[in-house]
Amino acid sequence: MAAPFDLNDDSVVVVIGTGAGGGVLANELAQKGVSVVALEAGGRYLPDDYINDEWESFGQLAWLDARTTSGDWRVARDFSGLPTWIVKAVGGATVHWAGASLRFQDHEWKAATTYGPVQGASLLDWPIDAAEMDPWYTKAEDKLGVTRTGGREGLPGNNNFKVLEAGAKALGYKDVHTGRMAINSAENDGRAACQQVGFCFQGCKFGAKWSSAYADIPRGEATGNLEVRERAHVLKIEHNDAGQVTGVLYADADGNQQLQKARVVCVAGNSIESPRLLLNSASNMFPDGLANSSGQVGRNYMRHMTGSVYAVFDKPVRMWRGTTMAGIITDESRHDPSRGFVGGYEMETLSIGLPFMAAFLDPGGWGREFTTALDGYENMAGMWLVGEDMPQETNRITLNHEVKDQYGLPAPNVHFDDHPNDIAMRNHAYKQGSAIYDAVGATRVFPTPPYPSTHNLGTNRMSENPRDGVVNKWGQTHDVSNLFVSDGSQFTTGAAENPTLTIVALAIRQADHIAGQMNAGNL
Amino acid sequence: MTEVLSRQKMTRRELLARSVAAGATFVVGSGFVGAQNAAWAMEVKHLQPGTMATLIQMARDIYPHDHVADEFYAAAVKGYDAEDKAEMVESGIAGLNAAAQGAGFGDYLNAGWERDRVDILRGMEKSAFFQTVRGGLVTGLYNQKAVWPLFGYEGESYSKGGYIDRGFDDVNWI
Repeated sequence: MAAPFDLNDDSVVVVIGTGAGGGVLANELAQKGVSVVALEAGGRYLPDDYINDEWESFGQLAWLDARTTSGDWRVARDFSGLPTWIVKAVGGATVHWAGASLRFQDHEWKAATTYGPVQGASLLDWPIDAAEMDPWYTKAEDKLGVTRTGGREGLPGNNNFKVLEAGAKALGYKDVHTGRMAINSAENDGRAACQQVGFCFQGCKFGAKWSSAYADIPRGEATGNLEVRERAHVLKIEHNDAGQVTGVLYADADGNQQLQKARVVCVAGNSIESPRLLLNSASNMFPDGLANSSGQVGRNYMRHMTGSVYAVFDKPVRMWRGTTMAGIITDESRHDPSRGFVGGYEMETLSIGLPFMAAFLDPGGWGREFTTALDGYENMAGMWLVGEDMPQETNRITLNHEVKDQYGLPAPNVHFDDHPNDIAMRNHAYKQGSAIYDAVGATRVFPTPPYPSTHNLGTNRMSENPRDGVVNKWGQTHDVSNLFVSDGSQFTTGAAENPTLTIVALAIRQADHIAGQMNAGNL
Repeated sequence: MTEVLSRQKMTRRELLARSVAAGATFVVGSGFVGAQNAAWAMEVKHLQPGTMATLIQMARDIYPHDHVADEFYAAAVKGYDAEDKAEMVESGIAGLNAAAQGAGFGDYLNAGWERDRVDILRGMEKSAFFQTVRGGLVTGLYNQKAVWPLFGYEGESYSKGGYIDRGFDDVNWI
């Protein structure tokens, strides 16, 4: 049967979410002839719709449903109702992402073994490794057109990169380049080359950056095997007496509830909404939430150790011109406990426009210390620091029964406390980031606190032993064989790298597995 | 954002003729606040003109940029001249003036040095009024497109084809 599919068609795979995980999975399954209904909470926006204006774009794309925060992380104080900066739209956060496409380092698949016991951390080895993932990474790099892989050229360096590169070299860093980016350095796969517009976070109006919104989704739809329902907000996953999932209850664009039957359900709603949906799907049979016999659903929330360093110079930089994440230093991404922490971090250029700089440079700050910093905006360079944070059982997504969303369901509360390892790593990164800019003559540097989380990971983690996590090495839940998790919430540990390439590689691999199991009659 | 600013076509003479003395920074008259040199003027409907003048000064003292003219601060707080906000603002500014009197000044606008006004603001930094005004300014001031060029920020670039041929890598001092 060809799309569109009937609500009572129980032969379809329902994919919840259309971002790096769900969008890729939906297309890959459709390419293999599997019937797929993808339910997307947001609307559909394409390059012509994207807006080169930070706040206006934020209003268009950001996920702004009710959420609460707790814990000692500074985001809970600065942005108490906005723990994340992610997207509610077809394509999910792949509309907003910077495009950095890095493989995990080999040892990062085995964090528990490599780092040894870390007090207060719930480290675990992934049940898969670098050798297993290598071919899937290659497929992901080819799909995304990642520069500096598969013979693709790197992007040219912009002003912000040139400052970073000069500082890095002055400090003796060796591995400095314009990144492995899912942004075309030349026309590729029907998409344009980067025109150095800036505004990568607001959606690429040239389509030079890969996004599932305009790459995978339309290709899946073209097969006739994929139906994407926009503004379809999933409320609950239903199951039968045998403990198998049977369908998905959602609110459609008009607010009416619909039940889509399903043969298999794949959850890819980001690491906040995915565990929230499983918890909100509690039933008599599963009183603690679906797939939660381990009690691990929602736990081990990771958001990467992050921070930024901005610096002002005595001459113009104009960092906003061109690719937002225009280059990287990877020297500090190694595991080297002599620095006072386990794991490592990447240093990547970042620029934000004046409106967001005013909001994020020092949230709550005012007076001349703050405004003289902004007076130097034109002479500013900036980098983002992103490293592996420690999983902690108590960092978790729970249901806040005091606060309801627009459908009357409990809102998610995002609790996060920094681990001492996260703090030690951030302080080291601030010091090194500042030194890089000092080495090229910065007159003032700003160690800038974390923004609302863009890398949300780990709340349905992958584990060998069902006791330790929520899904197995295929992303299949330990408890319910026809229920899968397909987004970054599968992550056992976070590694130092931006997560999208790994989410995409896992989704391609999972599609292969699900299609194979369906053909074999096991699903 | 500047469109919210009502640029009344008043001549300097008319404006001065209608004005009554307030703080030295602004001309405050019946139903309006304006610049001393009549570069701009803003009609107020729900707030006392003196209240709006004080609010504009407060806005500048929170986010002082000496190269940004008062009209942009006025535009940033123009939205407080609304029926449902007037009581909150009148009360907040009355508190600010009371604090100024407690510090030995006639009112907030009569504290001539920024340092003295900032000391008064620090004393009320935790108040809901201060935090509302400060938080609103983050977008009210810095998201005005007319303000961006004053900081060198160029805004959207798509319509100009990005920066690929317009200086994305033109830094020349590295």
